[in-house]
Amino acid sequence: MKRRMNARVVVLETVVAPLYWIILAASVWILLRGHNEPGGGFIGGLVAVGATVLWGAARGPSSARHKLPFGDPVLLAAVGVLASAVSGIPAWFVGASYLTHQSFMLPLGFTELWVSTVMLFDAGVYLCVWGAVSGFGLGLLAIDDDAGDEGADAAAPRARATTKAARRARR
Amino acid sequence: MIWVIALAVWTTLLVGARLAMSRDLFRVVVGLALISSGIVLMLFSSGRVSSAEPAVIAAGEKVLPATAANPLPQALVLTAIVIGFALICFAFILVVRVVRDAETDDAEDLRYAEPAPTHAVEPPASPEGCDPRHPLDEPRTGGHP
Amino acid sequence: MTVPMSMLITSPIFVPLLTAVLATLAYRRPALQRAISFTGILALLACAVALVQFAIEGRPMAVSFGGWEAPFGIEFSVDRLGAIMVLLTALMGLAALVFQIGDPETSPAGEPSKPFVLPLLHGMLVGVGGAFVTADLFNMYVWFEVMLIGVLGLFAAGSRLDQLEAAFKYFVLNVAGTLLLVVAVGAVYAVTGQLNFTALSEAAAFLSPGMALLLLASLGVAFLVKAGAFPLFAWLPAAYHTLPGPVLALVAGLLTKVGVYALLRVFGDVFAPAPEAALGLALEALGWIAAATMLTGVLGAAYHWDMRRILGFHIISQIGYMLLGIALGTEAGNGGTLFYTAHHIIVKANLFFIAAIAWRMTGSYDLRKIGGLANARPLLAIVFAIPALSLVGIPPLSGFWAKLIVLRETLALGHVAWTVVALVVSFLTLYSMMKIWMEAFWKPHPDPSHPLEARGLAPAWCVTIGLALITVLIGLFPDTLAGYCLAAAAEIGGAR
Repeated sequence: MKRRMNARVVVLETVVAPLYWIILAASVWILLRGHNEPGGGFIGGLVAVGATVLWGAARGPSSARHKLPFGDPVLLAAVGVLASAVSGIPAWFVGASYLTHQSFMLPLGFTELWVSTVMLFDAGVYLCVWGAVSGFGLGLLAIDDDAGDEGADAAAPRARATTKAARRARR
Repeated sequence: MIWVIALAVWTTLLVGARLAMSRDLFRVVVGLALISSGIVLMLFSSGRVSSAEPAVIAAGEKVLPATAANPLPQALVLTAIVIGFALICFAFILVVRVVRDAETDDAEDLRYAEPAPTHAVEPPASPEGCDPRHPLDEPRTGGHP
Repeated sequence: MTVPMSMLITSPIFVPLLTAVLATLAYRRPALQRAISFTGILALLACAVALVQFAIEGRPMAVSFGGWEAPFGIEFSVDRLGAIMVLLTALMGLAALVFQIGDPETSPAGEPSKPFVLPLLHGMLVGVGGAFVTADLFNMYVWFEVMLIGVLGLFAAGSRLDQLEAAFKYFVLNVAGTLLLVVAVGAVYAVTGQLNFTALSEAAAFLSPGMALLLLASLGVAFLVKAGAFPLFAWLPAAYHTLPGPVLALVAGLLTKVGVYALLRVFGDVFAPAPEAALGLALEALGWIAAATMLTGVLGAAYHWDMRRILGFHIISQIGYMLLGIALGTEAGNGGTLFYTAHHIIVKANLFFIAAIAWRMTGSYDLRKIGGLANARPLLAIVFAIPALSLVGIPPLSGFWAKLIVLRETLALGHVAWTVVALVVSFLTLYSMMKIWMEAFWKPHPDPSHPLEARGLAPAWCVTIGLALITVLIGLFPDTLAGYCLAAAAEIGGAR
């Protein structure tokens, strides 16, 4: 008998599509809220990881991987670190030390937009956490899938378990 | 309050140390995670437990009220948690791979990098497949069966 | 603070970080990745040279991140000590990258491909560079963790079972070390309310002897784990030898020395004003630990027959000499440690590079299975003899001057026992270098049909010959480096 953690669950597979976007929207809201209130990139990123891992559990890790921006957790995390690292550079041009964050009002005609390098830094943290932790999570799911395939032959794990018990008994 | 935290720190450390000294690889990682939680709690209390007021500057204000908690240990703790989290994530994947490849979760049986000595003076040679594969190896063994 | 200066002080982390990220983004294109990583390491080298130059000129180099001053902000400051360590980091990084060009084990284009070796190498350099320039105790812990993550990635990148096992052991024992460091940092903050080095050294003078001893001991133990000192070095021989050649040389050259640097910074600089009773006791203990480290390391090396493991145990043995210099607690002792560290990084990395060349020519790292190199490649024998004899301490090579400075000061302070141990260890070092010489170079190869040649070794030759030349130059003109090291020691200030 095949016993796999991610055996198909139809309800989850159906519901995961809207849920994915709802969770992502919530994570972005947490990211933006972090500007002046509790929240921010790290926790927002973790929430986004929740969406990705949920997708991975429902429809398989490789599908979740393709659903990420850039289609690859490593690239996503690297872009995040790049954004955070770059956000400290403008400070040099105004004579301040690295990572001294700058902010200014951007006139758009009808209204003004408040732009700051902190936002870029936080977005970078968000992407980095999303990419890195998703990578770990999907990696674990993929290993679990492999183990499931090997475990199709039900005798193998039992043999392994008995040798282990025997080894324990020897001591 | 500080005594409660001290008790919590010691309990976590002891439980963690007990698990970390196990031979089961997963327990070792869980034990290290617990130890690091205990230490994070200790780091948190190193800034004195003084106030329950969060260190957030209220809207419209420019400075932190003097009654607020010390923000520095919180920053340190957050950093330590994030780093610890990344390391534990990595360690779990690593352990899963080790257990899958070595077919054992007993630390005592992990004798690939450091083979057990077989002779009183002569150190043992590396086990099969545990040395870097030399570019010349394949054709040579293939050429002389 | 001028803008370029602010950039320059940030460069030891910023340049490798940017390089690592860009190299990651290019991981599907090996040629581009290699170009990025060479650009990055050359930029780091240029920045490091500028840092050393400015440090010699005595310009103050400090910057607080984000404009937040201590105690909230993190300060980076570079003095002579930090600058030369950054320079050595960049130099070794360059050497490893050049060597890596022809390496079959780590090539990103090879089979199986290793696309993340280069980004991880630069990621590790971020941690190393950060540890050398930070002026904040907690921040130093962060850089140690960055280093740890980078090295673990490098272990796991190989995905051979012994490498995974090594990664696990390395992880467990090193995490125990960093957790001790967090405890120590927490204790320091609880007692003094400071983490910045300058503020800490002002506060250190007012500590009670008991409290100062507690802080020194907890910081000391944590850094001793990182430095690989007796009896806390078990992670090093358990893991190092599984790394591929160029990575091993870089890791073996740099990482334990970051622990030594941290000890030098803490005992010789930050806590130097601590009460004499506490500091004296801590340094005395460190001296005996140093002697035990030298002895156990060299005995381990005498036992082994695998070149990587012999050289790995020699790292431990040499760490003992560096700790001995710190334990003396004088300016000359600290300067000697710095000289020894600089000499050791170059020589040790070079020996690992040569071992990797020998592996590629003879097919194994195990001395029992190889031989015949002296006949087949006399040049390799000469290139091996230079760092090997330098490691032993034969004049006029760099190791002789390094040992001379440290041991003269040890004798001057009347520590006869430590001097005797150090001299005995030198003889035992000679023994294991002779073992490598006799087995790998002198005796014929056990398999007479083995070709004893390898393709694509040109970059490897450049690296080893270049590093051997540096060793010879330091040996012939020791005054330049020694003068710099003593000035660096005077700048941080000895304890006594």
